[in-house]
Amino acid sequence: MQVNDPLSNVLYIDLSKRTFEVKRRDDIFERYLGGTGAAIKLLHEECPEDCDPHGPENPIIFTVGPLTALFPLASKTVAMFKSPHTGNLGESHCGGRSAVAIRMAGYGAIVIKGTSDIPIYISIDNKQVHFRDATTLWGMGSFSSGRVIRENETGAGLRTIMRIGKAGEKLISYASVISETYRHFGRLGLGAVFGSKKLKAVVVSGKSSLPVVDMKQYRKAYNEIYNSAVKSPVMKKYHDLGTPENVLPLNEFGGLPTRNLKEAQFEKAEVISGESLAEHYLGRRLACSNCPVGCIHIAALREPYEDEAYFYKTTMISYDYEPIYALGTMLGMNSAKDYLRLMDRVEAWGIDAMSAGVVLAWATEAQEKGIISEKETLDVKLGWGDVQSYITALRNIIEQPNEFYTALARGIEHTISIYGGEDFALAFGGNEMPGYHTGPGAHIGTLIGTRHSHLDNAGYSFDQKLLAKEEKSPEDLVDILVEEEIWRQILSSLVICFFARGIYSPELVSRLLNITGFDVSEADLDRIGREIYVEKYRFKMREGFKLDDMRIPKRIFETPSPIKQLDEAYIRKALEHVKEILAQEGVFQN
Amino acid sequence: MRLAVLETEKCVGCQLCMFACSRRQNEAGLAKSCIGVKSIGGMERGFSVIVCRACENPPCAKVCPTDALTPREGGGVHVDLEKCIGCGHCREACVIGAIYWDDEINKPMICIHCGFCVNFCPHGVLGMEKKKEIEHASK
Ligand code: SF4
Ligand code: SF4
Repeated sequence: MQVNDPLSNVLYIDLSKRTFEVKRRDDIFERYLGGTGAAIKLLHEECPEDCDPHGPENPIIFTVGPLTALFPLASKTVAMFKSPHTGNLGESHCGGRSAVAIRMAGYGAIVIKGTSDIPIYISIDNKQVHFRDATTLWGMGSFSSGRVIRENETGAGLRTIMRIGKAGEKLISYASVISETYRHFGRLGLGAVFGSKKLKAVVVSGKSSLPVVDMKQYRKAYNEIYNSAVKSPVMKKYHDLGTPENVLPLNEFGGLPTRNLKEAQFEKAEVISGESLAEHYLGRRLACSNCPVGCIHIAALREPYEDEAYFYKTTMISYDYEPIYALGTMLGMNSAKDYLRLMDRVEAWGIDAMSAGVVLAWATEAQEKGIISEKETLDVKLGWGDVQSYITALRNIIEQPNEFYTALARGIEHTISIYGGEDFALAFGGNEMPGYHTGPGAHIGTLIGTRHSHLDNAGYSFDQKLLAKEEKSPEDLVDILVEEEIWRQILSSLVICFFARGIYSPELVSRLLNITGFDVSEADLDRIGREIYVEKYRFKMREGFKLDDMRIPKRIFETPSPIKQLDEAYIRKALEHVKEILAQEGVFQN
Repeated sequence: MRLAVLETEKCVGCQLCMFACSRRQNEAGLAKSCIGVKSIGGMERGFSVIVCRACENPPCAKVCPTDALTPREGGGVHVDLEKCIGCGHCREACVIGAIYWDDEINKPMICIHCGFCVNFCPHGVLGMEKKKEIEHASK
């Protein structure tokens, strides 16, 4: 690493004392590169064992990587914290302008601890950290608070505004943090950690120069990546329709979870497909900083005011595959307009779209089955496709007017511990399921992934590309998934967008790191990736995670998936094999 | 030839042009970019691309007390860093804010209309045009 690279500057902020300091941490960045690697190291240092996720000692850690602001697509910020949703490792990634802004402000990591006594937001630039009173912003939605801060702060065009909505303030355990209006730290409840610290927003802005070892090589490599990004077919797919491109193929494959996974195909998939949304609603396209692809698609929804003729409002709402699944197919939403309306509320209140959708889907089925009644739902009759009932229920989840909604506000795993209904409660490792019922790869992938995300190891993709063609033993499948997750530790330590994984080969990554002053070979990358993976599991085990205790919802066996080879014995064998792999690294469950 | 913002509504805010402008100066990062992109009050409303628009009779050059700025053939201005005293009058004279500032040497940074960034705008927002054709698609 270059001696003058600002990457290893770690900004430590204490919200209780309203102080900050910067420390050079070459030790961390030399060893773990940045991103998820640096974050897990900092989490081990900063997060005391068994700490309360809502307590002042729970750190919020943001990290970026050595390639950020140098090469295209190294555009994610990694957030790490103890998750209030699972009580274990919390990790979430977000794009927008966040990563470039943090790097340009002169930092590789930001660590926020403590709790403020009054609502505040903090503004970080190249020199200072300002603590600002956010009393007036408390209770505001994510759109409005973003607007106020935008007006109030300098650095337009060079900044990120990461903020929470009401869900974060009310400590919904799957509240999100929103940046640049449409990008999210969606999963595992970073929004609630913000809320518990009375932290409404973090603004970061700056501009600076970065050192490279060889300018000629740097410019050459940049062109190489730029050209492959704009020419590659994968990138074109995300460019044209965005992630909703996947709706129709997954539906055809028979792996699109529908109505709480009672089915795996949705008869109205067409109306909420990427194609149809683009044709009828696409109103604007956006990109993260330094991204030539631009996958962000924003719908323009024009609606009349009911009480006054000739008055319309046009709302701009982002759409992506996962929210379409969770708030669309899972809830049997048969019009795009209704899906967009619900999505707009989810965005304003700042709640994870995936968990919210799965929670509502569970509640709908629980009501259907009579496990809960209108007494619990406060007269809301949840019905597949009934958007108004879902908006009302979601508002109740945020306001928590009774015990039932208070339970839902803590997610499915918690809710079933009170009300039952576990067989159709679709959470894995405590995290509500992602939008794939493609086969064993998808479900085992989320069970064993360090953050229980489909992006940990892309099991759903192995179902479609590999298992569709040949059978694999549970052990072989796990080996494949773990190898993938290890490589993804490198990508997310360099904060490279996973959509660009086809471009960023180990050979290219090692070459780029050399240009930026890291002496790292391809073999080193494998070693570092493995080490990071193990460190994450070490943290999980420390906090009481047990592969033996993993709950497997029966529903995934009841509803046929396209890859038949899926039963409980197969999954249990897979989990055993993960234990063996970890044991070889000296990591054991308690 | 001069740089022109041809179709602002197609801008996705990727900042690739900004990074490109740094690289053409053998720089990495954003400190030296002569072009900027900001949202118009939130990304949902789109962006404005802020860069020298090659005025006919550049107000920045008119207010320079040391004649460090001279109108350039084809549009834009040439900055003579030797003559520049860093007073910042030019920056104030540019109503669109297209004069960026090099904080390190305390002098202006202004687009030289080289067209390098055009090759890195993936969405055709930027282009080159002859001076006489300054009819703008922009609003
Ligand atoms: S035309 Fe050249 S100087 Fe002007 S903004 Fe583009 S790259 Fe920079
Ligand atoms: S490169 Fe083009 S699309 Fe990207 S910010 Fe610049 S003008 Fe906009």
